[in-house]
Amino acid sequence: MMNALVVDDSAVIRKITRRILENLSFHVDEAADGVEASRVCYEDMPDIIFLDWNMPEMNGLEFLKDLRNMPFGGEPKVIFVTTENDISRIQCAIEAGADEYIMKPFNEHIIREKLAQIGMPVD
Amino acid sequence: MSEFLGESEAQKVRSFDALRAYLRRESGLILDADKRYLVESRLSPIIRRESINGLSDLVRILELNQAPRLAQEVVQAMTINETYFFRDRLPFDTLRNEILPELIRNRAAQKSLRIWCAAASTGQEPYSIALIVEELASRMPGWRIDIIGTDLSEAALARAKEGLYSQFEVQRGLSTPQLLRYFNQIRDMWQLKENVRSRVKYRHMNLLGDYGMLGNFDVIFCRNVLIYFDAAKKSEVLNKMTRILAPDGAIFLGAAESVIGLDTKLAPHPKHRGVLVRNTHAQTLTKKQA
Repeated sequence: MMNALVVDDSAVIRKITRRILENLSFHVDEAADGVEASRVCYEDMPDIIFLDWNMPEMNGLEFLKDLRNMPFGGEPKVIFVTTENDISRIQCAIEAGADEYIMKPFNEHIIREKLAQIGMPVD
Repeated sequence: MSEFLGESEAQKVRSFDALRAYLRRESGLILDADKRYLVESRLSPIIRRESINGLSDLVRILELNQAPRLAQEVVQAMTINETYFFRDRLPFDTLRNEILPELIRNRAAQKSLRIWCAAASTGQEPYSIALIVEELASRMPGWRIDIIGTDLSEAALARAKEGLYSQFEVQRGLSTPQLLRYFNQIRDMWQLKENVRSRVKYRHMNLLGDYGMLGNFDVIFCRNVLIYFDAAKKSEVLNKMTRILAPDGAIFLGAAESVIGLDTKLAPHPKHRGVLVRNTHAQTLTKKQA
């Protein structure tokens, strides 16, 4: 079973994403911001991270840059899931090491498509 | 939908059956009995705009055969497909990795290929092919690759030509690097860049009409459109396509479609599911494999 970490300051979004991912047979952990997400990653690096951009404490982009410098931090796939939909932001996320980018609102179809794009297809 | 609420259940069923019979008779379209929800969602706007008193009155007007524009609009509304970029993925992988490389080898002298999308709808399928071609083009200097998109719906073709898609539409099937490379952002919409859009030429066309002006093709995409036709019309369409298909050309069907029980000169490609070739070419390919 693949381990997914959902990082979002909205409990509702975390719940929706968790439900979709569990339906796709992922084991899901949650974090409410970048600091909490870093703690989870140091303890047990997930296979994939679904990452919001705007969060208190440490935002998604800062977390991503830190993650890629952690031991084994290059390994997890990272998909941004955010309301930030400007092309310059998307470019910035990809340059910082994101594998894919989802613009909210999203649904299970889009998550499936993006997982297929990064070589993690689900049945 | 409010336009349908005034009718009793029995009336609604009768009107739906009459519409199905009309569509089958006039355009060869088969509408399954479980597609009643589609009628409500797609015809309500027309019924409202024309101030018609419900579906039964719309069908009565159609049956009088005195409103050709309205009839065409109803047929178009009932045939618009759900579509997205690289839908089902496999056919596009097969095109990119198997069919096109073989055709490119076979056309090394002519340096020319022609591809037809027979149900272009709002453009996602022809543009998915255009993106594949765009990626190949840098390695194929001097080649001419034509992509023709046709559809019964003028409204869908108008959208296709614009190449303008919502955030939701571009997130289905396209990778983010593809989005960044091939699209311009226009407020909250995304438009394909001119170099990709200009690769596809669109034409309004009924698949039951004449194919004479289209020319010949090396590849035909005819996915998820034959489902609307009965067996005789399916055979008719496939036979007309076969006549303009190159001897080593390929026809792509939808995942759930086949030629079983149809009167055609086509056979499944021995290696690739959902791809049809001429009977003679299938024999050659099978011999090569053996």
